[in-house]
Amino acid sequence: MGKFIKFDLCNNRDFLAGLLFILIGALAVVIARDYPMGSAMRMGPGYFPTILGGILCLFGVYVMLRGIRSGAKVKGEWGWRPLAFITLSIVLFGFLMDRLGMIPALVVVFFAAALAGPEFRFKEVLLLTVLMSVFAVGVFVYGLKLPYQLFPGYY
Amino acid sequence: MDVLNNLILGFTVAFSLQNLAYCFIGVLLGTLVGVLPGIGPLVTIAMLFPLTFHLPAVPALIMLAGIYYGAQYGGSTTSILVNLPGETASAVTCLDGYQMARQGRAGPALAVAALASFFAGCIGTLLIALAGPELGEWALKFGAAEYFSLMLMGLVASAVLTQGDTVKGFAMVVLGLLLGIAGTDVNSGMARYSFGVPALTDGIGFTVIAVGLFAVAEIVSNLDLREAREAFTRKILHLMPTGKDLKDSSWPTVRGTAVGAVFGVLPGTGPALSSFVAYMLEKKVAKDPSRFGKGAIEGVAAPEAANNAAAQTSFIPMLTLGIPTSATMALMLGAMTMQGIEPGPQAMIAKPELFWGLVASMWIGNLLLVVLNLPLVGLWVRLLRVPYRWLFPSIIMFCALGNYGVNNNPVDVYLVALVGVLGYILAKLECEPAPLILGYVLGPLMEEYLRRALLISRGDPTVFFTRPISLAFMIAALLLLVVMIAPALDRFRASGA
Repeated sequence: MGKFIKFDLCNNRDFLAGLLFILIGALAVVIARDYPMGSAMRMGPGYFPTILGGILCLFGVYVMLRGIRSGAKVKGEWGWRPLAFITLSIVLFGFLMDRLGMIPALVVVFFAAALAGPEFRFKEVLLLTVLMSVFAVGVFVYGLKLPYQLFPGYY
Repeated sequence: MDVLNNLILGFTVAFSLQNLAYCFIGVLLGTLVGVLPGIGPLVTIAMLFPLTFHLPAVPALIMLAGIYYGAQYGGSTTSILVNLPGETASAVTCLDGYQMARQGRAGPALAVAALASFFAGCIGTLLIALAGPELGEWALKFGAAEYFSLMLMGLVASAVLTQGDTVKGFAMVVLGLLLGIAGTDVNSGMARYSFGVPALTDGIGFTVIAVGLFAVAEIVSNLDLREAREAFTRKILHLMPTGKDLKDSSWPTVRGTAVGAVFGVLPGTGPALSSFVAYMLEKKVAKDPSRFGKGAIEGVAAPEAANNAAAQTSFIPMLTLGIPTSATMALMLGAMTMQGIEPGPQAMIAKPELFWGLVASMWIGNLLLVVLNLPLVGLWVRLLRVPYRWLFPSIIMFCALGNYGVNNNPVDVYLVALVGVLGYILAKLECEPAPLILGYVLGPLMEEYLRRALLISRGDPTVFFTRPISLAFMIAALLLLVVMIAPALDRFRASGA
């Protein structure tokens, strides 16, 4: 029985939403303990965040309890694969932009992002990368005159 | 004639070659991106917004407003041709617009949508010019307490009137407020929630939140949906509506404009509700309501007029009071703040060229939309055939590159990924992002006004209820709560019993 409930909660829409709100709210309150509270008349930097964190926790508890009562499920499957590849492509872009320059970063963005989709066609992605990279360099480097290195050491 | 003089000032600003060019680019880009399947106006604005960041304030806002109208109109085009509304505001247009397209009348449907939008846009612009200064003057009387109560009312409205669940809407507002106040506290100089990262002492960037929440999260959601859609891509034979079409759609356009103008000003309602109400109204007054849903031209004209009028008038509270009434307006407000302008009565007086230039360029933008869209319909139809697998990597690229460009700092790009993950999880748990972005934008202002109000009252919280204007906003907020929460509480009790 205990196992059954636990399994159930893993996909319980409102339970998870409430849990997320409680975690973020609690984190906000805990961190804000390091900031001076002040008084209502002279609010310190910790005053407003502590109130907000507390309120967020309260809403979280309500949503969580409601989830346990209603048992509504998350609709559809979680799209872990698109989420992982899209996130990866953006993170890699940030990482490579400073180190290798804009062109390598763009190539990586397109290939990693395209892997997030249901089908991956190498030639299409290659063509897309070339076209969009030319466009992006034109707009950002020549149009908006942003000082980006294109390749390592080449501006 | 103050208004006339001001409008002349506005048009001189807007008609400068540079501003006209940015208005045109904005409208063109907005429509171009907005028409692409699966990309709604919010994503369009979030994605293109970093482009305007490198421009001076006036052209940047003019271009942004252009993007906004273009994106909205692009959304109507996809509703009519693909039966795929980019956002809720054009969902109603699908009902009859798509039916008209299937009957081979896509041309007249698009033309009537453009003309109705243009009419509504003209009236909307005029209303901003007339009501803006009045409201701004009234708002000059506001002190910290009034502003705090007004913002509270706006946030309550956005949570209560959101499409999803009210309680989650409130939680999202609070989450947004928390995200908004991260960064250096203006009073004490203390860096809050910066986790030791220097870039975070400036807070979480506005573009990071907008792009992560609306573009990245939306793409992941779209990729895990994978629904088939039937695009109407046959050649459009004749574009021009017949005389009868125009006659049939003239009164619905006027009524739709009136409905939209009212709903646009109200916080939390915005274009979505207005187009729905306008459609229902037409159905009520029609002699033969059974034609609706089968390609009635009134069913295209009224909601299109309504959502465009609302799109215009929603600028009124944003420009004069600094209160955004929808997620899109929150994006505009955030963009203005990034340009160093704090919208409100002071900005209107201190920078008249900005306010009136923007108003004038709104009208020009609406005109450009008609001029641009009618001849280019054929091109838009072809764009609809672009497969999503080409689009989404390009959008991701724009988001990553655009955000990198704001501070030339990779931390912003990492944060986009993080906010994107959070946004996707929240979307999956059916928490609407619109209240969050409103909270995010208003967070720092609310804290500041709360602080000032309590400082003046010596820490006495009754100040919000003893000043008449503030009390009125508080009562309005309370009424909204009671009206919407009462049935939800009943349901909760029923489900528990």
